[in-house]
Amino acid sequence: MTTAISVSGLVKTFGQTRALDGLDLTVRTGEVHGFLGPNGSGKSTTIRVLLGLLRADAGEVRLLGGDPWADATSLHRRLAYVPGDVSLWPNLSGGEVIDLLGRLRGGLNQTRRDELLERFDLDPTKKGRTYSKGNRQKVALVAALSSDVELLVLDEPTSGLDPLMESVFQECVTEERERGRTVLLSSHILAEVETLCERVSIIRLGRTVETGTLAELRHLTRTSIAAELAGPPTGLAEHPGVHDLKIDGNQARFDVDTQQLDAVLRELTRVGVRSLTSQPPTLEELFLRHYEGDLAGNGRHAAGVRS
Amino acid sequence: MTTTAVPAQARAAVTAQRDGFAGTGALVRLALRRDRIVATLWVLLFVVMAAGSASASAELFPTVESRVRAATAINDAPATLALYGRVFDPTSLGAVSLIKLGAFGAALVALVSIFMVVRHTRAEEESGRLELIGSAVVGRYATLSAALLLSVATSLALALLTALALIGSGLPAAGALAFGLAWAGAGIAFAAVGALAAQVTESARTANGIGAAVLAAAYLLRAAGDASGVDTSTWLSWLSPIGWAQQVRPFAGDRWWVLTYLLVFAVLVAVAAYALVARRDHGAGLLAQRPGPERAARRLSSPLALALRLHRGSLTGWLVGMALGGLIVGSIASQIGEIADNDQFRDMITKLGGQRGLTDAFLSAEMAIIGVIVAAYGISATLRLRAEETGGRAEPLLATGVGRLRWAASHLTVALVGSALLAAVLGLFAGFAHGAAVDDFGQIGRVLVAALVQLPAVWVLVGITVAVFGLAPGLVLAGWAALVVFLLLGQFGEILNLPAGLMDLSPFSHTPRLPGGDLTLTPLVVLTAIAAVLMVAGLAGFRRRDLSTS
Repeated sequence: MTTAISVSGLVKTFGQTRALDGLDLTVRTGEVHGFLGPNGSGKSTTIRVLLGLLRADAGEVRLLGGDPWADATSLHRRLAYVPGDVSLWPNLSGGEVIDLLGRLRGGLNQTRRDELLERFDLDPTKKGRTYSKGNRQKVALVAALSSDVELLVLDEPTSGLDPLMESVFQECVTEERERGRTVLLSSHILAEVETLCERVSIIRLGRTVETGTLAELRHLTRTSIAAELAGPPTGLAEHPGVHDLKIDGNQARFDVDTQQLDAVLRELTRVGVRSLTSQPPTLEELFLRHYEGDLAGNGRHAAGVRS
Repeated sequence: MTTTAVPAQARAAVTAQRDGFAGTGALVRLALRRDRIVATLWVLLFVVMAAGSASASAELFPTVESRVRAATAINDAPATLALYGRVFDPTSLGAVSLIKLGAFGAALVALVSIFMVVRHTRAEEESGRLELIGSAVVGRYATLSAALLLSVATSLALALLTALALIGSGLPAAGALAFGLAWAGAGIAFAAVGALAAQVTESARTANGIGAAVLAAAYLLRAAGDASGVDTSTWLSWLSPIGWAQQVRPFAGDRWWVLTYLLVFAVLVAVAAYALVARRDHGAGLLAQRPGPERAARRLSSPLALALRLHRGSLTGWLVGMALGGLIVGSIASQIGEIADNDQFRDMITKLGGQRGLTDAFLSAEMAIIGVIVAAYGISATLRLRAEETGGRAEPLLATGVGRLRWAASHLTVALVGSALLAAVLGLFAGFAHGAAVDDFGQIGRVLVAALVQLPAVWVLVGITVAVFGLAPGLVLAGWAALVVFLLLGQFGEILNLPAGLMDLSPFSHTPRLPGGDLTLTPLVVLTAIAAVLMVAGLAGFRRRDLSTS
C-alpha cells in the first residue's frame, strides 16, 4: 500500500508560539483518515503546510510523492481542499465559484456538479455575500467533490451543516472512498469520524499522541460491561484490569481494560452469567482520555496559536 | 383598562426608543479603540497641512498689494475658481493663504468622514462582526449612533486643533475658528451622507462609492457655480454642502450663520438614515440583491479573469470619473487663453511650472495632479492582493493549480494596465475637449502624451506597494504613506525650501512637464526600471513567505 501523505517531525512556529512541535502523520493511499484534535492543536496549520501555504520550519513533509512547498502548483491539480472557514467573493454567485475553482484545478465533472447541488440543496444563483456559513461550506464542498482528483483535504467541512446535510456529506465521502480516493478529514465530530474513517491520528499541542485504526485504538482503552450473575460477584474488585466497579446484589457494572477482557469474562462465567451487555469504547472516550489530563495546560499553551 | 393601557403603551414606546440606543457608549469606546491611531494621524495631517500652508504664505505674501495681486489672479480665472473657489477678501492674509485648502480641504475631510462612518457601520455588518455585537444588549440605533458620534467628535477635534494651529501661525482667532468649523461642518455633513449610503446597499465598498459620488457631485456643483459667476458665486454653489463650507468665508467676514446650513443638512440626512435602520433587516440594504448566474461564463477560468471581474466595478467608476475629469480639464484649459490679458495671472501660472504658453502651463500642472490621482488607483488596486489574502479568499485559489506568481500577477496586471487606461482616457478626453474648443485636433496627441508620461511615476508607487506586500505584509499601508509623503514634498517642498535631494525622492518630480516642456526619455526609463525592480523584489518575497491566514 502506498502513502499519500507522510509527515514526520514537522515543526512550525509563529513568533514565540510553537504551533507544530514535531508532528507525525501518515495517510495511506485510498483511505479516509481522521485528523482529530481540540481547537488550536494545530490541525489547520498542518493542513496549510501540506498545501504549501505555510512553509515548514523543520521536518519531512511529502504529499502525493512531492514536496508540498516546492511542487505546490502541480500537486494542487491532483487534490481538492475545503477550508474550515470558507470566504467567498461577495459579488460572485455560488455557481460561478464552483466552476472557477473546478477549472483552476483542471476540470470539473458537470454531471456530478449538478447532482451534488441537488443533494446538498444549494441554490447556485445566490451571491457570495448572501450565503450562510453552512451554505458557503456547501459551495466549497460541491466544488471539491465534483473535481476529479486523487486526494481530498477537508478541514472541518461539516461544522456549519445541519444533521440532514451532515448525512449527505457522509454518503458523499463514502462514495469517494469507494472510488479509491484518499481523504484527509479534520473534524471535531467524533461520530462522523467513527463512521467514515479507517484510521485516525489524534494530535495535541502540535504533536501526534495517537495514531492507528479505530480497532487498534480501542484495544488500548476500556470496554464497559454490565452483567447480571447467578450469584454475588467475587474476584472482580481485586482484578487489576477492572475499574469503576459498582455492585448491586447480583448485578455488576464496570469498565475493563480491553486487553484484560478475556481474563475478566472468565471470572464472570465462573460465577455464572444470566445476561451481559458490553459496550466498546467510543471515540469520544478515547479522545477525552487524552485531553482530560491537560485541559488547563492546553488552554495556556494554545493561546495565540492559529487554529 | 383603557385608561391605564394608554400610558403603559406610551411608556413602552418611550422605553423602546431609549432601548434603541442601548450600548452606544460601549460601541463609541470600541470605535475609539480601533481608530485611535488612524484617526489621530489623519487629524494631525490636516492640521499640519493648514498650519504649513498658512505660515508659508505669510512669507510669500507679506504686503496687502502682493495678496491682492495673487487673489485677483485666482478670482479672474475660471479654472482656478473651479478648482479652489473664490478669494472673498483679497486683502486678507488668511483668505489668500488658505484658498487652496478651503473647498479642497473640506472635500478631503468629507471623504475621510464617509469612509469612517461606513467602516464602523456597513463594513462591520457585512463582515458579520456586527451580528455578534447586535446580539448583546445593543440597541437598533447604537451602531449608527456610535459611528456618527465618533465622526462628529473627530471633526470637532480637527476644527479645534486646526484653529489653534492657525492662530499659532499668526492668523486672527475668529477666522481660524471659522476655518476649522467650516472643515468640521463638511465632515459632519458627509458623515451623515456616509450613514445614509451605508443603509442603502449591502456592500461597504458600494456604500463608500455612493458617498464619494455624492461628494464629487457636490464639488462639481460648486466648481460650476464658482467658475460661472464673475463677481459673486451663483446659486449652483449654494446647492452644495462644500459650497456652504466655502460660504462661511473664514478670514473674510466669518459668516457663522452659514454653518447652520451644514448642521441642518447633516441632521436631515441622519434622520433619514435612522428611519431606514429602523425599517430594514440586519444585513439587508434598500437595493435588493439580484441573483447571479447559475454557471460561470466560459472565460471565467483563470486568475486574471477573476481579477478582472473583481476590479470591473471600481475600474469602470474610475474610467467614467477620468473621462469627466478630462472633459473639465480640457474645456477649462481653452478658457485660459480668454483671460490671458490679465498680467498677474499670466505671471502666476507661468511661474507655477510652465515654460511656454499659459494653456500648456495649466495643462501640465493639471497632469501632475492627475498623476497622483492615478497613483491612488494603482495603490488601491494593488492592495486588493492583501485584502484577498487576509480575507481568506486567496487560500482556496492557491490550493488549486494556480501558483502564487500567477495569482499575484493577476491583480498586479489590473493595477498596471488599469492605471494606463485611466491616464489614456483622461488624456484623450482632455485633448478632445481642448482640441474642440480651439479647433485644433492636433492637441489630442499632445495632451495624451502629457497624461501618459505620468505612468512611470505611478508604477513606482505600485512597485512600492508590491514590495511591501511581498516583503513586509504587515506594513502594507506604506504604499499610501509613500504617496502622501510624495504629495507633500511636491506641494510644500519648494515653499519650505527643502533640499533638492529630498524633493528628488518623489518620482513625480522626475516626470517631464508636458505639454510645453521637453519630452526627456531618460527619467521615464529609469522610473520604469525602478518600478520593475520593486515589483520583482515584492513578488520574490511573496513566493517565499507564509500566506497570512485568518
